[in-house]
Parts: sequence; structure tokens; C-alpha cells
Amino acid sequence: MILELDDVRVTLGGSHILQGVSFSVAPTGVTALLGRNGVGKTTTVKAILGLVPRTGRIDFGGDPVHRLRTHEIVRRGIGYAPEDRCVFAKLTVTENLALAERRGSAHAYDLVYELFPELKTRGAQAAGTLSGGQQQMVAIARTLLNDNRLIVVDEPTKGLAPKVVTEVAEVLERAAERVPMLLVEQNLALVRRLAGDGVVLAAGQVVHCGPVRELLADAALTQELLGVGQARGENVTLYTRPAPSGGSTHALAIVKDRQPPDEVSPPESTRSDAP
Amino acid sequence: MSTLVLLTLTGLGLGALYFLIASGLSLIFGLMDVLNFAHGALVTAGAYAAWRLTGHLPFAVAIAAAIATGAVLAALIETVLIRPLYSRPKDQILVTVGLGLALPALVQGIWGADARQLRAPRQLAGTVSVLGAKVPTDRFVLIAAAIVVLAALKLFLSRTRYGLVVRAGVEDRAMVTALGIDVRKAFTLVFAIGGALAGLAGALGGVYFGSVSPDQGTSLLVFGFVVVVIGGMGRTDGVALAAAAVGLIQQFTNYYAASGLGDFAAVAILAVVLLARGNRDGARRLIRRAA
Amino acid sequence: MKRHVKNLIPVAVLAVLISLPYSTLRIPGVFDGAVNTPGSLQLLALCLLFAGLAVGYDLLFGRLGLMSFGHALYVALGAYSAELAMKNLHLPLVLAALLATVIGAAVSTLLGAVSLKGVGKLGTENLGTVGFAMVTLAFAQAGSILVGRDPKTTGGEEGLPLSTEKVPAAFVGVVNTVNLYWLALAYLVLVCAVVWWLTGSRVGRVWQAIRDNERRAEVLGLNPFRYQLGAFVLAGTLGAVGGVVHLLVTAGATPETTTTDFTLALLVMVVLGGSGTRWGPVLGGVFYTLLDHRLGAVATSDSVAGLPAGLRVPLSQPLVLLGVLFVLVVYAVPGGLAALPSRLRGRRPPTRPRLRGRGPRGQRGEQHRLGVVEGEAHGAHPDRVASEL
Repeated sequence: MILELDDVRVTLGGSHILQGVSFSVAPTGVTALLGRNGVGKTTTVKAILGLVPRTGRIDFGGDPVHRLRTHEIVRRGIGYAPEDRCVFAKLTVTENLALAERRGSAHAYDLVYELFPELKTRGAQAAGTLSGGQQQMVAIARTLLNDNRLIVVDEPTKGLAPKVVTEVAEVLERAAERVPMLLVEQNLALVRRLAGDGVVLAAGQVVHCGPVRELLADAALTQELLGVGQARGENVTLYTRPAPSGGSTHALAIVKDRQPPDEVSPPESTRSDAP
Repeated sequence: MSTLVLLTLTGLGLGALYFLIASGLSLIFGLMDVLNFAHGALVTAGAYAAWRLTGHLPFAVAIAAAIATGAVLAALIETVLIRPLYSRPKDQILVTVGLGLALPALVQGIWGADARQLRAPRQLAGTVSVLGAKVPTDRFVLIAAAIVVLAALKLFLSRTRYGLVVRAGVEDRAMVTALGIDVRKAFTLVFAIGGALAGLAGALGGVYFGSVSPDQGTSLLVFGFVVVVIGGMGRTDGVALAAAAVGLIQQFTNYYAASGLGDFAAVAILAVVLLARGNRDGARRLIRRAA
Repeated sequence: MKRHVKNLIPVAVLAVLISLPYSTLRIPGVFDGAVNTPGSLQLLALCLLFAGLAVGYDLLFGRLGLMSFGHALYVALGAYSAELAMKNLHLPLVLAALLATVIGAAVSTLLGAVSLKGVGKLGTENLGTVGFAMVTLAFAQAGSILVGRDPKTTGGEEGLPLSTEKVPAAFVGVVNTVNLYWLALAYLVLVCAVVWWLTGSRVGRVWQAIRDNERRAEVLGLNPFRYQLGAFVLAGTLGAVGGVVHLLVTAGATPETTTTDFTLALLVMVVLGGSGTRWGPVLGGVFYTLLDHRLGAVATSDSVAGLPAGLRVPLSQPLVLLGVLFVLVVYAVPGGLAALPSRLRGRRPPTRPRLRGRGPRGQRGEQHRLGVVEGEAHGAHPDRVASEL
């Protein structure tokens, strides 16, 4: 296990956001962190990175990291693409990437520019002027630039148009071939496509662990734990398009058509920030 | 004409002094959200360091010592007193208030309350004729120092990795740490830079006024605040412009209106700028409501 | 503590304060003579006056989270305009005091509106608390400059002696020091009555909502500006009244009341005692004034002059020790003296760690989208500590 959480608790503004979260992240592939809005997914991610005060034990690569400060944890080899991207709006794209360069790590600019050719052509542009999808690419590129042992991606498709969701999904799939990933995602089609294991949170606690396929195959369980699912059938649309070379057709992305891309769900951060 | 030239250059010299103080304040606030009330004390420390060494050592050494004094003191203040309070921003300000009270009083306890004459070296004591006006040389030194500092700050911010960290930190400190960067090093660095500039301001201010006194720094700090608020926090260019404007307005008012009214005019400008901003905001709200 | 016992505390304190002038108690180390000697009563009057000024200042700092660095301006306005009204307009004391109060209210309305409007609402620029502090300081400095640069009217560095012929005889002369004590006590009672009553009322709850989260208060349909300005004007007016009392107690208007150091002294008192609490500012005001007085006496004493430089220098400058004490209190006793009892009982004061900076005006807004507290979010902030007293 590359990352293990044991009884992690977070209290913010007097409310118990996480009430003893324990799970582990597999050393290969994608582990999805799932749950309805406001159950503490983003807080869990922040707790791993030491961005919120927390108690409990967190082991990364076999070593305890819960006493370290954020930058020390990250230097152990975690790449983090936060919810809402958090690119530096006034810095250029190139500067955003340069800032992410960590000492003691090779910098995979070749990979980054191969995955995101646009970032090279827009290198001198202020990151704040990029579209949401392009900003997400900067955020993911920052995690791929260094030799990371784990990348943590929080809601990468939030607020993005379906076409862009597909692009992001492809990039995440390629990234997951190289490095294990902890993915927070609401888009279940994307989760089904990428994730091996799934961890479901409800009210600050882990309520389900197991292979994502089994979870999503159980319509009743999906409905109960995530509040969405194929049980009602009509609210999920399957987009398909021909694969570039293979000729066969496969599902690329599923978007919930009841939720327009621009509709931003109440972010957990604002919930937890307001005591 | 010659009066105009003299007033302009003197005003710009004063503005240069304000810029040296305000640029550090603005940088510290932009990155760290800390209003450094002890900044005036750092100016005083620099002034006294220069005063102690002037006459014994070359003047350049005295200036360097003033810069070093400011930088070291500031770095100490940041690491020892401010750093443990990062989760308590208001207390950080209170700590700097305490220092701002204690340090000048300490200086007064050691060297007395009276102003001490600072004898600038002969090269700085003379005047230069510009368009018929005899302008004291130190005005040019101040203006040159401010220009060099402005250029150096801009280069630092745009070309160095630490400058990049500082600019990113102004936007989002937490994300900088989440990229594996120890942002506290940048805090110490920025504090030290601010302290160095305050020390330089103290030494050059001593030359400009011809003397040093314990509360010189604190009274200059007030105009530093005025300049920072007008120029904008964390904006080096805006601060430079505001500093020049405030210095000029002060000098011209002192000459053409009445001596002493210049200081008052600087504060009046602040009020006008604030009112204009408040109105702009109010106007926007009106438009929003109408729409 | 039972509620009715709690309500008895102010009565008990008032009873003690009323009985003090009749006491022949000697407290060595605090007062040079017995408590009812003019010297001691003069010092006590100053203590009560500063306690009242501190309670008024805490209305801004503790109750609304507004860090004003220009409160001295209103005290000076009260003192100088009352004295000038008596000297130049030949008004009797009561009318002069009334005029000074009106001037204090008018100036605080004007400057409060400018400072709060211009600084508070800069959505894009992150000024908030700090900008308000800077601007109020600059305005107060302007007042200080005016006093310093017009010695013909204001007496400059010398200040103005009290125009005793316009003042009722009861407030003049050493034998009448006890009346100054009553005056200062009345001022303290007035300020406490106003501030405590408002804090307990609906207005007080709105203040707290604004202090805790200005934006949320706005969402709830409240207009923070109106309440902040109201408090600012009230504090300024009470400060001006305090200035008139200061004029009488010290028998003159002194330029010290115009300085930043005067405001900072109030800030130190409030933090020392415990801001945002009932008794904290009162305790802080009394304690600071006594300490300042004693340290001043020590500084000029012969025994200090004989000490080696390492001890003599800090001891000869009360501000060095007070500044250091202040820093220590901020560190070691967040919550101030008023929080000490609950700390000593081993109960940590209630903590409410908040993200994105503390204080309503300290918000960094969207800039810190990760909403992070660097370091540990423990330790109570002084203005968060609800006193048990």
C-alpha cells in the first residue's frame, strides 16, 4: 500500500468533518474516493497533505508523514491537483510549471508537453486567462512534472464541458499507467473507466471499500451511497466516439445530463471554512 | 524656475525615502498579511547604525552596516516572534506593535532622546547646479538609490525562483506549500529584504534630515503607510508612483501654502483617494442594483 | 458562577471604588501615601479614566474587531476643543464639554465613514484590517501634526494649561482632588454602562456577527458598514468625553494625547486585560496606568542611575518594559488578565480555530482557495475568549 490512513479526524470550526477515516491506496492504478457532496472528500485529501489540522496516523510509502509539514509531505513524492485547480492566475503558464519543479527530481517536460501541447504554445499567457479545462491541464501537468510516487487529483472534471471531460479523462488514464492515483470524482462513468478500488465516504466516515466495478454494478448500493446511479436509468448519458486507431467503439465518458457542466456543486471547502 | 527644480528634486528625494520604507511594507503585507508596525523601528536602527559608524569608517561601510542591521533585525523578528503566530494574524500585528514601542524607547535609553547630528561625507554635503538651482547632492543619491532598489526588486520578483515563490505566495500561500515549497523561507527572505530597505532608508534619511533621532523611523512610517494604501498593497510600481506623488505634494504644499501643511496635505490626499475608491465601489453597487 | 452572583460583581466593585476616598489604607509599592491622600487619589483618578478610555476603545477592537490606531485623535479633540472653547470662546465648562462632545461625534462620523468606506469594501485589494489600521493612524497623525505646528493656538509641545477660571471651583486645586476622582469614576461608570448595555442588546449580537464573519452578516441582510460606523462614532464620542475628563484630571491639554503612542497604550491596556470581555479593558487600564506610573518613578530614581548599562537602559525607559510585557502577554496569556482565572483553573479558554485568517476584516477572500491554516490551529485568540467573569 502506498498510502494508509488510520483513524484520521478533522475538526474545523467546532464541527467534526472527519470522524475517524481509515483506508489505503493501492500501489498501482487508481483508487477513487467517492461520496455525496459535503461528506468530507476534499477534507480527506487536505488532511493527507497536512493542509488542515488533523489527528490520526498517515503512512506514505511505509513511513509516517502525519507529523510533517505540507511541503515536506509533498517532497516525499506526492503530486496534488486541488479542487478548483488553484493555478496562480497572475503567473504565466511557464512560471506555473517552473514553480512546481521540485529539487531532486527529474522534470518531465517532454511528457507534459506531449500530453498538453497547448501549454507549450500558451507558455507566456497568464494562467488566469486560460479556460477552465486549460487550467485543469496546468494543474495536472504540475503533478506529472516531478517523479511522484502518488498523485492526488480532486474533482478534475468539475464544471468542465463534456468534451473537455473526455480530454481530461484520457490524460488521467495515461497518467495512471505511470503512477498510482487517488482520485476524487463525482462523474461515475469516469470512475468506472479509471478506478480499480473505490472508497466511499458518508458523513465523515468510510462506509464502503472495494472494487469500483462491484460497487457500481450494485444499483441499489450505488443509489444508497452516492445518491446517483443507474437505478433510475435516465439521468446518465453515454457518449461514444470511434477510437482513434482501434476501430472498435468504446465508452469514453459519461456525463450526468441532469447536471449541466457549469453548475458547480457546493464545494466542500466553503462548507468547512465557515464555522 | 530654480525654485521649481529644487522643490521637485527635494520632493522626489523625500518620495524616494518613502518608497524605500513602503516597498518593504507592501511586500511583507502582500505575501504574509502582516502589517509590520516595527518597520519604523528598523528605520531608526539603520539610522543609528549609520550614525555610529560615520566618521570612523568610510560612509559606504556605514550604509552597508545600516542595511545589514535592518536585515538581521528583521529576519530575527520574523523567525523568533512572528513565525510562531502564523495561525493568529491579529496577534502578529500586536507583536510588531510591542516591538515598535520598545525598540525606539531602547534606542532612546541608550543614546538619549535628542536628535544626533549625522555628518555626511563631503561628497554628499555639497550641492549640484541644475537649471540654475543649487540642489543638495544627497537628493540625487536618494533618488538614485530608490531607482536602483525599484529595478532590483522588479528583477528579483520576475527573474529569480524566490521572486516566483513570492509572487505565487501573494496569490495563494497554501498552494505554494502544496507544491513542496517551504514558503516560510520566503517569509524570512521578504522580511529581511524589507528590513534591509528600512535600514537603508534610515541611513539615507539621516543624511537627508542631517540628524537621527529615536522616533524618526516611526514618524516616517506613517507616510510609509499613506504611500502603501494609496499605491496598493503588494504592487511595487504603484507604491513607487504613490511615493513620488506624496513626496512632491508635501514639498510643494510646504513651500506654496504654509510650512507644516505638507504633512497634512499627504493625509488629505489619502482621504481623497479613499473617498474616490469608496465612491467607485458605491457606484458599482448602484449599477448592480439597477441591473 | 451563579447568575445572580455574577450580577452582584459590578455592584461590589462600585462599592469598593466609592469607599476608596474614605480609606486610609496604605499600599506600599503602589501608592506613596495613604489611599485618600491627594497624590494617591490623583493616580486612582487617572487609573479609572484610562479604564474608561480602554473600555471605549475595546468597543472597536474587541467587540467589532476593528483595529483603530487613531483613537487618540478623539481624546485629544475632546481635551483641546474643551480647553480652547473655555479660553477663546469664554464658555463655561459644561458648555465647553458639550461642544467638545459634539465635535468628537462630528469628526468621528466623518473620518469613520471615510476609513470604513474606502478601506473596507475594496473587494479586489486585500486591505481589510490592516488598511483600516493604517488609515486611522494617518488621520490621527494629521491631528498630531496640527497641534504641533500651531503653537500659538495649541501651545505646541507645552500644551495648554486648564483655564481654571471657567471651571467650577470644586475641580480646581489639590484639596479637591477627590472630586476629580469622582469625575473619573463617573466617566468609567458611564462608559461601562453604555458599552455593556449595548453589548447585551440586539446591537451587540449584530456586532458579534460582524466581527465573526462580516460577509456572512452581510448575507443575513445586515449592513456591516452602518453598525461599524455607529460603533466608531460612539467610541469616538466617548473618547472625546474622556478627553474632557483628561483635561480636568491632568489640569491641561497635553500633546501626548495626540500621539500614536497614546492610542497604542490603549491597545496595550485592552490586550493586557483581555479584549472583548467585560472586565478585561477595565483591569488592563488600571493595571497599565499603575505600572506606567511605578516604572516612571523607578526610571528617574537614583538607584537606577547607579546600575550598569544593561539594566539601567531598559529600566529608565518604561516603554521598553511595557513593550516587552505586551509581547509576552500576546504570547503567553492570549486572552489577557481576564482569562487568567479560567486558565489557572486548568480550563483552556474556548477555542474556535477559524480558517482564512481571523477577524472579520482579515479575510483573504478567494485568494486562499485552499483555505488553510498554516501551523496548528490551536491557541485562543484574545478577541475570541469569552470571559467567564
